[in-house]
Amino acid sequence: MSAPPLLDVRDVSKVFTMGGVLSRKQIRAVNEVSFALSTETPEIFTIIGESGSGKTTLARMIFGSDVPTSGELKFEGRDIAARRGADRLAFMARVQPIFQNPFEAFNPLKRVDRYLASTARRFLNARTEAEMEGPMDEALHHVGLSLKEVKGRFPHELSGGQLQRTAIARALISQPSVIVADEPVSMVDASLRMAIVNLFKRLRDELGVTIIYITHDLATAYYISDRIIIMQKGHVVEMGPARPILEAPQHPYSQLLKRSVLSFDDAGRGLITRSGREEVDTSAEALVKGRLEPAEDGRLVRVG
Amino acid sequence: MADDILTVEGLKAYYQMNYFGVEREVRAVDDVTMRVMANEIYGIAGESSSGKTSFIKVLAAAIRPPFRIVDGRVTYRFNGKPIDVAHAGEDEIAKIRWKHLSYIMQGSMSVLNPVRRVRSTFEDFAFRPMGLKRDAFWEAVEAHLARLHLEPGVLRAYPHELSGGMRQRVTIALATVCRPEFIIADEPTTALDVVVQKDVLAMIREVQQALGSSVVFVTHDMSVHANVTDRLAIVYAGRIVEEAPTRTIFTAARHPYTRHLVASLPRIGDTSPKPSLEGRPPSLAEPPAGCRFHPRCPIAVERCRREVPVLEERPGGHRVACFRADEALPAEKILNVEEPLS
Repeated sequence: MSAPPLLDVRDVSKVFTMGGVLSRKQIRAVNEVSFALSTETPEIFTIIGESGSGKTTLARMIFGSDVPTSGELKFEGRDIAARRGADRLAFMARVQPIFQNPFEAFNPLKRVDRYLASTARRFLNARTEAEMEGPMDEALHHVGLSLKEVKGRFPHELSGGQLQRTAIARALISQPSVIVADEPVSMVDASLRMAIVNLFKRLRDELGVTIIYITHDLATAYYISDRIIIMQKGHVVEMGPARPILEAPQHPYSQLLKRSVLSFDDAGRGLITRSGREEVDTSAEALVKGRLEPAEDGRLVRVG
Repeated sequence: MADDILTVEGLKAYYQMNYFGVEREVRAVDDVTMRVMANEIYGIAGESSSGKTSFIKVLAAAIRPPFRIVDGRVTYRFNGKPIDVAHAGEDEIAKIRWKHLSYIMQGSMSVLNPVRRVRSTFEDFAFRPMGLKRDAFWEAVEAHLARLHLEPGVLRAYPHELSGGMRQRVTIALATVCRPEFIIADEPTTALDVVVQKDVLAMIREVQQALGSSVVFVTHDMSVHANVTDRLAIVYAGRIVEEAPTRTIFTAARHPYTRHLVASLPRIGDTSPKPSLEGRPPSLAEPPAGCRFHPRCPIAVERCRREVPVLEERPGGHRVACFRADEALPAEKILNVEEPLS
């Protein structure tokens, strides 16, 4: 048998229970999601969905902040939830998160290099300043910055793009194999968005880091992704190779998403029309009944 | 011109601070001249800290110290009567606010009072400016809600009971219920999902067409501008660097910054590599001398470092502030610029 996959997500579900004793309500945030990432070929694996589709919950389970209600998440063949102590720390070094808003991810009262230093201390067991600064500078160089530019600066002294790149550098210090990026570009400006997205491509090609890219932006997903899964209300509705799916989506919900992408063909003509959301059956019942079936180009589409 | 509803001339608005004798000046709006015609959607695009929010604060006559108008005029023309909001008194502005000049804000949750029903918010904002009897007022409100495909039932709801898209539609209804001639929209769809965003944008356009109002639409998202606006201004570091009919911006932009913005847009079906702009936006407290874009510009020359380019008029209602507007850009920096949109 070959080596276990880097990350193996099998039939993972997450149910949140809300309300008190009398008004208990269960919310199925993620429903039986399965996919695997291989060790040999680093890729950009994209999870697309609107708010409430469960994409952030899925991400939190992948980097170990949430425990699935049922199903298994294995990293290099071992259950993520079962790891404790030093074993868990070793896992955290290999799977690193990046968050949406860099201004919220950094404490405004602390210098940003403190975060980099504490990451180096914790994961690389660096004790002296020199031991810490080597990896910090290297990680910053990967994102096009240097320790000189960042050292001693507070978050407000850096631009949004610099800060998001510093957040990515922080994630790179422990030399992870997977970076989970939850909406990393939805808060940054258009001109910086491509800088971040191009950086992900470079990390994949040059450092061999697999990126799990979570977004609702189909255009950047098309630009960088190798594979995608499209989620609706906790269910995967379509998954497989990114470009064929985004060029010709088959599930009605994926088609609705594609239709809603603002195009540039009629720029300035003011021809914008509604998405036609009402005509697509977006009810939860239709999703629960359906199941994923193989279709063309090696994709899976929910039918039924 | 008779058709203008808003004329801005030589507007300079700065944040002037003086802490413990140390003076600091942030030139958020620096020498802006533009006009908005009746019945058009005028877009303003620019990155964060380019001064676009400060500019619309002036347009909305919502200026509070340390922000001050240093120079220039901001003249609205409602019912043929000009009013310069840069110099008008509070009571004069109160008369036009909401009835003639209204505002769609970004965070719908912070506009609607979370502990009061939507109904009370409508009463607070719109009852007095509309000047109708109570029954006629609610009838008008409900008719207007129907235009935005909202049930009259939303009036009884609390804001948290509505979805994000519905709440944003409620704030649009609130801003347009008095049939204002001029609406300022500040990133109204930035927090919404793609599907909801398209619906909300289509409704803004529908309402604007139905009322014949003028809208100033601010967002950094170029794809939104492409679909909603008629004319578009690109703002960089407190100045308008290019202004043209929206289609011209997307097909025949001349300023290197605009050309970069358009060329770097990712599109489904297009696999070519997209460039990213290096460097960072300049600080408005210490802007670079000369053209403010020159440190990041791929075709800057010596003159750009010394002189400030003026916004020059070209044929087709196109204005550009660049000495090198007729130069080609190096191919490795900007891709697909000359390719027309199919």
